Amino acid sequence: MNEPTVSPPLLAVRDLRVSYRTRAGTVPAVRGASLTVAAGETVALVGESGSGKSSVGLAVLGLLPDGTEPVSGSVELDGRNLVGLPERALRGVRGREIGFVPQDPKASLNPVQRVGAQVAEVLRIHGLERGRAAAARRARELLGEAGLPEPDRVAERFPHELSGGMCQRVLIAIALAGRPRLLIADEPTSALDVTVQRHLLDHLADVTRRAGTGLLLITHDLAVATERAERVAVMSDGRVVETGPSADVIGAPSHPYTRELVAAAPSLTAPPATPAAPDAEPLLTVENVRRVFRTRLPQGGRQVTTAVDGVSFTLPRGGSLGVVGESGSGKSTLAQLLLRLDRPDAGRIVLDGVDLTSVPAGRLRRLRRHVQPVFQDSYGSLDHTFTVAEAIAEPLRAFGVPGRARRVADLLDLVRLPAAAGARRPTELSGGQRQRVCIARALALTPRLLVLDEPVSALDVSVQARILTLLAELREELGLAYVFISHDLAVVRQVCDRVLVMRRGRAVEQGAVADVFSGPRHPYTQELLAAVPGGPRTVSEGASP
Amino acid sequence: MVTETEVAGEATSTSGTGTGTGTVSKTGAARGWARRVGRRPGLLLAVLYLVLVLGWTVAPGLFAGQDPLFTDPASGLVPPGAEHWFGTDNLGRDIYARVVHGTRVSLVAGLLAVGLALAVGVLLGTLAGYLGGWLDQLLMRVVEVLVVIPGLLLSLAVVSILGFGTTNVAIAVGIAGIPNFARVVRAEVLRIRGSAYVRAAVAGGSRTPAILRRHVLPNASPPVLVLAALDVGGAVLSISALSFLGYGAAPPAPELGAMVSAGRDYLTTAWWVTTFPGLAIALVVLATSRVARALERTGVPS
Amino acid sequence: MIRYVLVRLGNGLFVLWAALTVSFLVLHLVPGDPVSVMLRGNGGEASSVDPAAADALRAELGLDRPVHEQYLDFVWRAARLDFGTSFTTGDEVRAVLGRSLGPTLELAAAALLLTLVLGVAAAVAGTLLPKAPLRSAVLSATVVGNAVPSFWTGIVLLQVFSFGLGWFPAYGAGDLGQLVLPAFALALPGIGTLAQVLSRSLRTALADPYVRTARAKGASRLRATTAHALRNAAIPAMTLFGLMVGGIVAGAVITETVFSRPGLGTLTANAIGGHDFPVIRALVFLAGALYVLVNLAVDLVYPKVDPRIVLRAA
Repeated sequence: MNEPTVSPPLLAVRDLRVSYRTRAGTVPAVRGASLTVAAGETVALVGESGSGKSSVGLAVLGLLPDGTEPVSGSVELDGRNLVGLPERALRGVRGREIGFVPQDPKASLNPVQRVGAQVAEVLRIHGLERGRAAAARRARELLGEAGLPEPDRVAERFPHELSGGMCQRVLIAIALAGRPRLLIADEPTSALDVTVQRHLLDHLADVTRRAGTGLLLITHDLAVATERAERVAVMSDGRVVETGPSADVIGAPSHPYTRELVAAAPSLTAPPATPAAPDAEPLLTVENVRRVFRTRLPQGGRQVTTAVDGVSFTLPRGGSLGVVGESGSGKSTLAQLLLRLDRPDAGRIVLDGVDLTSVPAGRLRRLRRHVQPVFQDSYGSLDHTFTVAEAIAEPLRAFGVPGRARRVADLLDLVRLPAAAGARRPTELSGGQRQRVCIARALALTPRLLVLDEPVSALDVSVQARILTLLAELREELGLAYVFISHDLAVVRQVCDRVLVMRRGRAVEQGAVADVFSGPRHPYTQELLAAVPGGPRTVSEGASP
Repeated sequence: MVTETEVAGEATSTSGTGTGTGTVSKTGAARGWARRVGRRPGLLLAVLYLVLVLGWTVAPGLFAGQDPLFTDPASGLVPPGAEHWFGTDNLGRDIYARVVHGTRVSLVAGLLAVGLALAVGVLLGTLAGYLGGWLDQLLMRVVEVLVVIPGLLLSLAVVSILGFGTTNVAIAVGIAGIPNFARVVRAEVLRIRGSAYVRAAVAGGSRTPAILRRHVLPNASPPVLVLAALDVGGAVLSISALSFLGYGAAPPAPELGAMVSAGRDYLTTAWWVTTFPGLAIALVVLATSRVARALERTGVPS
Repeated sequence: MIRYVLVRLGNGLFVLWAALTVSFLVLHLVPGDPVSVMLRGNGGEASSVDPAAADALRAELGLDRPVHEQYLDFVWRAARLDFGTSFTTGDEVRAVLGRSLGPTLELAAAALLLTLVLGVAAAVAGTLLPKAPLRSAVLSATVVGNAVPSFWTGIVLLQVFSFGLGWFPAYGAGDLGQLVLPAFALALPGIGTLAQVLSRSLRTALADPYVRTARAKGASRLRATTAHALRNAAIPAMTLFGLMVGGIVAGAVITETVFSRPGLGTLTANAIGGHDFPVIRALVFLAGALYVLVNLAVDLVYPKVDPRIVLRAA
């Protein structure tokens, strides 16, 4: 914690404490956090949700929400303590001395204002440009510097007309407009696709290096932290438990929590999941499935989007297929089709010799017991008026299975939940526990296939690791087959033996996990693999889009 | 891929850690509600007032000793005092007794109107929302046509067809309230139908009636019941307005709106004749809406 | 844009036609016929109606013809804004309406202006005032404004400001002084509703991430509210305002009665009392047309406030 630095630190946070007032009393969020950032240095603050890492960033900016107890400890910027400074003085610091890059780019820009004006606002607030025209001109320059093509045109756009990555570049332009010496980036790329994430992090590294700006990078992703930061501070339960050079922290973690975190992080180099028996019969055969959405355009006329465009694959009994793709690739639509919650416009989905696209409704309902879903949003997947036991028993009830209470107890045991959990409500459980309940419900009818749509992407890494282990064990124990949909290649490697890469509705590549990961043939697969933080870099550094 | 779900998950895991402090079970909600009432003086007053009005409704004679219809022209327009708490009107009737009986009539009529709007609105909204198709199109078109006409005008038109009287006025106000309920119920049903838990239930083989009974009904009722509670005040206001215009019960019957109207001839000489019935309406509306708001925040106890 | 307006007007015409048809059908579905209702007035016995007088009246009003003929005639005349003659006065409905329109529009316009100005002011004050007790006082006042019956507000205003202080004339219409009290009485419930809806959406907007971005730029709380949150919060309030226009015109029934002002409200009250169906139907038509036009205007303004909203001719 007290590592020697030659130059005095740009930012020094000492024994910071933050508590929120709630109905139940005051809840501490940060309980004594200390860290330093030197000029030109990048420091990553790593932690899981609820660790207090975002509160540290907001406390430095003096932007903690209403209902926060007065902060104790000190936040020194170039030797000046910001804690207790009057609001008026803090306004001069924000945007001018400290820039802020927030988490959710699309929501963090004012939806009803053109982005150029939003950049110019910084200049006007701090009196950096005289007059409206000069500020607008400088704003366009800043947008150009942030790597946006055609900045003059982009400046006239509204946020909803830009992609998430472009919005984040606008926010970087806003953060840098006042030429601050310190930049605080709170999960700047978590809402973005992995390829976009990489370009943005490259850009941030580039601008901070050139201007000598200090960067406090707040992230949940240990791989991003160690790849991008010189030093890493690990936060857990409101405290900074370990600080040090990135290589040391990930290579030889000293604190038990850091060790757990490092072990939990999925890796691209771990051995892939065991494949299905080579002589296994096919369970699911998907042939040329196609789903087209027709939406009405505001100008009149219709837009036709082919969400799934001629996808075919075969899944053997006990096999596990990973479907990988970025947002908008059609992977979730594919999940809906496999579950027959949606109907394909063309193609066949054959389960055990029965074509699910052409069976009558009554027969389809009976066949549903063989294919069960697990969705991403465990909170929304459980009816809050049900207890856990009622939720798990629901499919049993639908099929009139007798002895439900015993079966529910067995299922809770199977997903490693205590029997007492059956009486709880979903809102009383943590995210990981809720996802276990969803898995138990999916297993209730002893299905042959689980369709898992991003089942762990809403979870913290340590929780994620435990759910992935559970899924791997269940597959072994019950001989289940999985279709596992994810944007995260490392996670897929851990659960699947085969992988299918989707892009814009098409399957661009499929094969054994070991083959595809070590020798991707399609350029898109190569780009995806290269973009994974901490992963091997097989593609040369391209220019930003 | 950090989305709202993580935020939601975070929020609940902090409120519901360990022993389950954030219990939303029925007893928990009722207990939390009782605690809330105790901590908010405004809400406490509203609840107490509604309890009093309930007493007036059940046994008006117990609270107002005098006959609301008893006339005594000799002691007309007596100002408020020990004998007549709220004074008397031009015919010497005791205004307090008339307010007690009038409040009772207003509340009962308001509940009748909301009950009618709720029953028909829930039926139409559920059918439209769950079955969809041409039925949805047709019902929503009808609702659209009804929305075009302002509620008061619609009630007036219905009263002109049904004829005058408190019950007819309540029915007219109820009919005018149907479109709103139908729309809210339909929106709720659509929201629940599209939820992940209903998708999971469909994938788990549940049939449509079971989904309606076990998912849609329990999840749609709390917000709809809160809306109904919020609507009681509005219905009382509309009914009293129609009564003020003279479309309610025939003259001797104590109705708050009609009492205000009758008192207009004595504005300069006897302020109490209009003031107390008007205050009574405002208090009933305030109390019901205060309680409804509290229900909106904490959920409906059962 | 033009296409959009045309499609919307077409929809509006459909809705108006449907409203008229419903009002026509309802008249023919009610037990008993309108003529006996008219002749017996309120509370009278059906047996006391003289059959000969009823037949004569029926013939005079064209009610003896087949229903479909009456309906086609009715729609055809309504399309030319001809709503027939009043049952009670025998005047042409269009002329009666024309005479009453002016004073009511004046009153409604004044009330809408008050609603807008005071509603927005109360919402901003209830969200931004520095002390929490001040904020909740403003918001409580809006709740009370919502709960008080508007006829009673009118009477209290009369008692205090006309009879008590003598600041404003009590009755009549024409000059500005006579407009103040009725406009305020008519506007009060709407002020409460608008202020509550706007302050609620303002609070939601203030919790949105872009407000934090603005604060991180160095913007003050006031600037973040007025320059960023307010415009984002405006849409629900605009929708409500559009819906309130019809309600305020209908509310004139009560206000005009209280203040003895001539206008559509008084006309409506008399028409309902006299079962004057042609006048009621014309009023329904007028209210519907007003609704269609006002909401079209509101919809045309939406995209100017929020660029994400695109006019969609569906």
